[in-house]
Amino acid sequence: MTQAELSDPKQLDPVVVASHGQNWREYFSFSTDHKVIGIQYLVTSFVFYLIGGVLAELVRTELATPQVDFVSRETYNELFTIHATIMIFLWIIPTLTGGFGNFLVPLMIGARDMAFPKLNAIAFWIIPPTGVLLMASFFVGPASAGWTSYPPLSLMVNKFGEAIWIAGVILLGTSSIMAGLNFLVTILRMRIPSMPLLKMPLFCWAMLATSALQLVATPVLTGAMVLLGFDLLLGTAFFNPTGGGDPVVYQHMFWFYSHPAVYIMILPAFGMISEILPTHARKPIFGYQAIAYSSIAISFLGLIVWAHHMFTSGTPDWLRMFFMIATMVIAVPTGIKVFSWVATIWGGKLRLCSAMLFAIAFVSMFVIGGLSGIMVASVPFDIHVHDTYFIVAHLHYVLFGGSVFGIYAGLYHWFPKITGRMLDETWGKIHFALTFFGFNLTFLPMHWLGLQGMNRRIAEYEPRFAAVNLVITIGSYILAVSTIPFLINAIWSWSKGKVAGPNPWNSLTLEWTTPSPPPVENFEVDPVLTHGPYDYGHPSRAETNTMTLVS
Amino acid sequence: MLTTPTLTEAFRCHNKTRQQLEHVKKSFFSTVEASPLKIPSTITALLIGVLVTLASVWIGQHHGLMPIDASVEASKIDDIFSAMLAISAGLFFLVQGAILYSVFFFRKKAGDETDAEPIEGNVPLEILWTAIPTVIVMWLAIYSFDVYRAVDGGNAIGSNHMAHAHHHEQVATMPGSAMAAPLPDSGSSPIQSTAGNPYPVQPASDEDRVLTVNVNGLQYAWIFTYPDTGIVSGELHLPLNQPVRLNISANDVIHAFWVPEFRLKQDAVPGQQTHLSFIPSKAGTYPLICAELCGAYHGGMRTRVLVQAPEEYQSWVKSQQTTASVDPQTIVAAVHDEAMKSQVAAMGFAPNGSAMDHMQHHALSEPETVQIAQAL
Repeated sequence: MTQAELSDPKQLDPVVVASHGQNWREYFSFSTDHKVIGIQYLVTSFVFYLIGGVLAELVRTELATPQVDFVSRETYNELFTIHATIMIFLWIIPTLTGGFGNFLVPLMIGARDMAFPKLNAIAFWIIPPTGVLLMASFFVGPASAGWTSYPPLSLMVNKFGEAIWIAGVILLGTSSIMAGLNFLVTILRMRIPSMPLLKMPLFCWAMLATSALQLVATPVLTGAMVLLGFDLLLGTAFFNPTGGGDPVVYQHMFWFYSHPAVYIMILPAFGMISEILPTHARKPIFGYQAIAYSSIAISFLGLIVWAHHMFTSGTPDWLRMFFMIATMVIAVPTGIKVFSWVATIWGGKLRLCSAMLFAIAFVSMFVIGGLSGIMVASVPFDIHVHDTYFIVAHLHYVLFGGSVFGIYAGLYHWFPKITGRMLDETWGKIHFALTFFGFNLTFLPMHWLGLQGMNRRIAEYEPRFAAVNLVITIGSYILAVSTIPFLINAIWSWSKGKVAGPNPWNSLTLEWTTPSPPPVENFEVDPVLTHGPYDYGHPSRAETNTMTLVS
Repeated sequence: MLTTPTLTEAFRCHNKTRQQLEHVKKSFFSTVEASPLKIPSTITALLIGVLVTLASVWIGQHHGLMPIDASVEASKIDDIFSAMLAISAGLFFLVQGAILYSVFFFRKKAGDETDAEPIEGNVPLEILWTAIPTVIVMWLAIYSFDVYRAVDGGNAIGSNHMAHAHHHEQVATMPGSAMAAPLPDSGSSPIQSTAGNPYPVQPASDEDRVLTVNVNGLQYAWIFTYPDTGIVSGELHLPLNQPVRLNISANDVIHAFWVPEFRLKQDAVPGQQTHLSFIPSKAGTYPLICAELCGAYHGGMRTRVLVQAPEEYQSWVKSQQTTASVDPQTIVAAVHDEAMKSQVAAMGFAPNGSAMDHMQHHALSEPETVQIAQAL
């Protein structure tokens, strides 16, 4: 059942093998072990997820009634600005690339560590102080021009907070570039000799595509931030119209990164889903190569669609048409993935554990976000819904229904590998049910609001939208409460959960051939591939199973 | 632990799965496009295909998700939305249906530790689900392009006399200072309404009839200037069925002109001028909303657009012209103040403490009114 032939079966015993992180102090140190760094990323970013969630609940509480009666208008703008910044830069990106990427990529390709362990540690240690800095800006009035921070507004309000925000984004971008470089080199250079690219787990393919985006797109964001910072602090006029600058140029630079950022936030989740579905469906992934290459296609196309965020900015017509077509074309590789996932579970023997429930819900919810994505790619329709709650609904179906559901699926799936213990399934299913219900109650009605005429980023709205907004706010509270069973489960299971053993899911990828949690060196002997990552039900592999059972 | 599945079991399972995959393929194909394919081999697949198609088409026609369409452009945009919604509904039903079916019928039986039948792919199926979405999005892109051209009042690519609308023209001077030259006679010329047709639509190419309005966004109000008549107003009055061209600019930060009932939105960018052309087609009063975050009171930056019968519009023009001799600075201050009041009223709030505070907070300072008045 294992992907590697291990010389001595007793090494599978977690008690015998010295594992990483036996001393808790290690997690607060400048460790260069990719597994420790992965856990550091996962825990840190989950803390920021909770903070970002609190900000979201404050926003929703304000929106429970049409009047401005909970926080001031200024505070409201600060809340949604920092909410988005945290969720993107301190939760989804660090969790998916930093957390799961770090923990899983070396294990999946049979490497002992990342290519540049020190760079890896630096990339992580940039994040906590930057997060603290960003939160500390609440003492001086944080950035309040939205996470898009369009000038000239961003040059006019809460200047000090805006400067902190710019510094924070530059630092987090730098961390992201470092991580991207590290993954690219690791995946391309450090695979075990018996693993050609086309035998690589699909999560590694997704990380390859993600890293390329991080390397190409993030420097442009840094450039935009430096120029914006000059305008803000030194009085230059790159984007400031009063000095002859062009605010639309900022939008181009910003979205040149920030659209690919959407793919940085979803591709690793795609990769995890491609691991989880076959394992729990007991069936090979459907169309391995199509899924692998579609990640690369999405990565490339993602670089040439940025101006679809600017269909109402006064961009020239030919530009709008080009970006509309390019955006719609992305639906093709994305569709290939979705259809392949559905075909993977079709005819399988599904084990509906919490990881699988979140993974299936991911596909289901992502389809909604994807379909509304094709709609908003259409310029005439986007002109109506741009900057409305339709967009808020769309982006949360992609980033919550997609990325966050994917993260939860990954947490339930790999928690046994990371900690050596199983998460409790009952709590897991309660968590899933609450999250699924709360999520849809929160974000589904927003489509209607946007179509009907409710614009986004407003603290006050027309009374005719009051009832629906109240329902949404209640949904968001359910969503907030849904985190509690997960937290209890994770904290309790980490020390007291059922011992997992090396391969509780009978999975075929390399990370499951080593003990849980893995030893410092990952593998006692260099593993050798005996079969592909998704050879479930293969007659050739059945013999290996029998042999393992015998041994 | 895993054991080898028996051959018969595997065979049965294999056949079943193949058949089911065939179902998906067929129903998928027959739904998405009414393409001239062979009739699916099984009755179930055909039935599912027909049902999904009917349901999708019905949803596309009866969704009722959009507010009323008060411009000629709106109905075209609604058509494309309905088409996209119908296609999306079809794909939604198929994918979610297949997921739900799998969750209920492909569950692992208790005690069964064997793997499922290994199916690693199906090239014809994969080609199919690559080709069909490609065809759909290409068709959608062409359709959108078409609608965009039509919606843009003939301003889109490769078009005629109003060719450079929608490009942003760099303005060398201060924001808001450049306005398009007024078109002769427009706005003041009486409208010939066609008897029998309640909404006679004037052709967009009829340049003489185009009413030009300069729209200026500032924190937190809209100011509308009618260059032909010199009217300055805090509300947008438009005659029914007459083509309108808005020259949109902003004074301080980026704003966005949005009337949901027109389905039209255009950013107002300081230092640049943008345009919007359309034909209002239903009389009524609609909200006019700033859609781009412009500061703390962004949510309150809204006013009304009144689409009026030609006579009603003319009498409004007359009533406004009597006040036009007053110096522009006073008008700007008054309009801004009025805009603040009307937006508070438009939100449906009693003028309570916070609303009054809102207005005081945003009363224009004198230099501001001077600046805006000069700009106008």
